Amino acid sequence: MIGTLHLVRLALRRSRILLPVWIFFLVFTTLSTTTALEEVYGTQQSRALLGATANANSAFLAMLGPLHDWSTLGGLVAWRWGVFAGLFIAIMALLVVTRHTRAEEEAGRTELVSAAVVGRHAHLAAAVIVAGGTSLLIGVLQALVLIGKDLPADGAWAFGLSTASVGLVFTGVSAFTAQLSENSRVSNALAGGFLGVIYLLRAAGDAAGESGPQWLTWFSPIGWTEQVRSFGDNRFWVLLIPLAVFVVLVGTSAYVVTRRDVGLGLLPTRLGPAHGKIGTPFGLAWRLQKGSLIGWSVALFVVGVIYGSVAQAVGQMVEDNPTLGQIVQQIGGADAMVDAFFATVTQLIGLISSIYLVQAVLRLRSEETSFRAEPLLATPVSRWGWVASHAVFALVGGAIVLAFAGLGLGLVHGLQIGDVGTALPKMLGAALVQLPAAWVVAGVALVLFGLFPQFTGVSWAVVSASLVITLLGPALQLDQWALDVSPFTHVPKYPDIVAGPLLWLSAVAVVLLAAGFAGFRRRDLTT
Amino acid sequence: MTSAISVSGLVKTFGPTRALDDLNLDVQTGEVHGFLGPNGAGKSTTIRILLGLLRADSGTARLLGGDPWKDTAALHRRLAYVPGDVNLWPNLTGGEVIDLLGRLRGGLNKARRAELLERFELDPRKKGRTYSKGNRQKVALVAALSSDVELLILDEPTSGLDPLMEAVFQDCINDERERGRTVLLSSHILAEVEALCDRVSIIRNGHIVETGTLADLRHLTRTSISAELAGPPNGLTSMAGVHDLVAEGNRVKFEVDSDKLDPVLKQLVSSGVRTLTSQPPTLEELFLRHYEDTK
Ligand SMILES: Nc1ncnc2c1ncn2[C@@H]1O[C@H](COP(=O)(O)OP(=O)(O)OP(=O)(O)O)[C@@H](O)[C@H]1O
Ligand SMILES: [Mg+2]
Repeated sequence: MIGTLHLVRLALRRSRILLPVWIFFLVFTTLSTTTALEEVYGTQQSRALLGATANANSAFLAMLGPLHDWSTLGGLVAWRWGVFAGLFIAIMALLVVTRHTRAEEEAGRTELVSAAVVGRHAHLAAAVIVAGGTSLLIGVLQALVLIGKDLPADGAWAFGLSTASVGLVFTGVSAFTAQLSENSRVSNALAGGFLGVIYLLRAAGDAAGESGPQWLTWFSPIGWTEQVRSFGDNRFWVLLIPLAVFVVLVGTSAYVVTRRDVGLGLLPTRLGPAHGKIGTPFGLAWRLQKGSLIGWSVALFVVGVIYGSVAQAVGQMVEDNPTLGQIVQQIGGADAMVDAFFATVTQLIGLISSIYLVQAVLRLRSEETSFRAEPLLATPVSRWGWVASHAVFALVGGAIVLAFAGLGLGLVHGLQIGDVGTALPKMLGAALVQLPAAWVVAGVALVLFGLFPQFTGVSWAVVSASLVITLLGPALQLDQWALDVSPFTHVPKYPDIVAGPLLWLSAVAVVLLAAGFAGFRRRDLTT
Repeated sequence: MTSAISVSGLVKTFGPTRALDDLNLDVQTGEVHGFLGPNGAGKSTTIRILLGLLRADSGTARLLGGDPWKDTAALHRRLAYVPGDVNLWPNLTGGEVIDLLGRLRGGLNKARRAELLERFELDPRKKGRTYSKGNRQKVALVAALSSDVELLILDEPTSGLDPLMEAVFQDCINDERERGRTVLLSSHILAEVEALCDRVSIIRNGHIVETGTLADLRHLTRTSISAELAGPPNGLTSMAGVHDLVAEGNRVKFEVDSDKLDPVLKQLVSSGVRTLTSQPPTLEELFLRHYEDTK
């Protein structure tokens, strides 16, 4: 453990911008969500109505979890923001840990530092301290912000610590995945995949209804935060579970560190073929990107299956509820509810898919900075051809990923209503209309790559902004111009698909892509 | 003789740093040309401009008769490049990388590929991540040397090779010379340059300070002489071209500019020479002199 403090300081220095941005983003969103909910649901009646609809709507249940306590503002905040806060803090923790453990090791810097006087566990310890500490700090600040908004202190602490607990669990998860593979990308993918699974586990549990497998929620770290019931029962004891998981994961990782060599992983590497079949830039890009394409296709197919399977229940639940039934009749009946559900879900899927597209584009930049583009571009491969070989994974790959989501939705929903033939093409269409908006986000990433290569990281800010604006914008009561910033705002809502916005979004994407291509053709290769 | 590479007045700046400052470089077709200079002198920058990876601010560069920035793809069919920092794709084996780069260049010589793998004792079945630095460099070298190209551009290709492999590398480059290929070899290893290069250019602060055959360059250096004389030395101190003279009784030690050797020796002989040792100039001294001047 010797040298841990040094490494902590080094890590804090290297992340002196990233960490404050995460902290600010999570704490500020807590504050603004509270303020917005306070305004919109100021009266007891409005909250009661929300409570009745929220808990009857499987889409809401699957996405946000149940609204345990709608009688207080705190209960609303915990419901509207709790699951997302858990998702975001988990992403923060897993990125931070990988960045300071496996990515360092991969770059060979660990060797450099380990040769100085640094204990065997120092790197892991430093990463855990930084990620875990940041999680706790975010939790505490959230609690303080909520107390500052005059919410009950015990509920505020329950909420803040719940969020922090997800951060701690994913600190442990990615401390562990970082030991498995030699590749930080694989480590992030494993931890990220696990996050997806536990989000969906609780989605399935929450949307299951009385007779369904509600216990699934108990197998998810995000589910645990719901079980705390902040601002309701405030069951602090539930937080002992994530704490125990954190300790076990970190302990296991520390044990693995002593059992493996620096630079290697637990998963063994085998010998491969002595001769290669790859002979084109696209062949290489396919080899580099196919894992991610397949992974995302499977993941979004599963998301589609899960949301598809609850859609029908949305309609039924309201029909079972006489008072709600009336309200629902006014807005167009159960079918309209199901349509609205699909509109929300496909939008969410579109937003998630933009992460895939951006990541596919940014592969160009990581190839460049790791000096792997240089030998390629010293062969007859043109700049254009090289960029295209990866960009195609964003453009066409994005369509494939979305099609799988639509396939999942359509197949399962179709089976439930007994009409796959109608449901499948509808759902495929509903998912694919998101594509032009996702292309625009990918286009921004390519423009950054072509013209401002040092700032390609801003692409993630664009993705986050689209997510926040589209998912939380309406709740935050953002002005229309602010909502318009996200390309996903302009995607026509299912089932009223019109071509206009799709065409101009595509046109914007084409212009952005062309600018990115032209910029790269003209610039120096840089690292 | 024609020029495979001819560069004149090349300037490249990175923000405030002037990496290349009016650089002129000429590499004849069929020669092995050494490219030397201290760290940060601008060797890699020059090479990257020649490969069209960087764009020069001003000046002209011609490569195999073409413009490296405009005719990139056509020129790259005729050359192979080994970068200083070889980074391989973690999940591709060495063999896959060799074949990929070879195919992109329009095919490689299978027999030579096999022969080179054997000579460099490289296992092509290992994954990129598991190669050592030297072995990564070997992958790039095998890929470059087994392609049928006219020009090889090598940026410190042997910085990670052990002495045995260094010898193999030198054999390979000599073979290339016999095949009539042109080689631009940037290197810090003087023995390698001495063994391989027909001509060298020395770059310092982005500017070529010396260029020519090794014999030419040697001419610019000093020979060290130590002698025991019959009587006290006379007149040496005041002679042009004599440096660092140390006289103890009848013994003298000094350095003399190579082109002043004749008159100085005549002067010595006039005092009667009992013993004489002379040390020819070493390349090390030559380069150290150029390198040190940067400070
Ligand atoms: N992308 C870049 N941005 C800023 N400065 C750069 C960049 N590339 C090179 N330089 C600077 O240009 C100068 C020349 O660098 P170059 O890499 O060409 O040197 P070199 O002769 O290859 O050195 P070495 O022997 O260490 O490989 C150095 O001062 C370096 O810091
Ligand atoms: Mg260099």
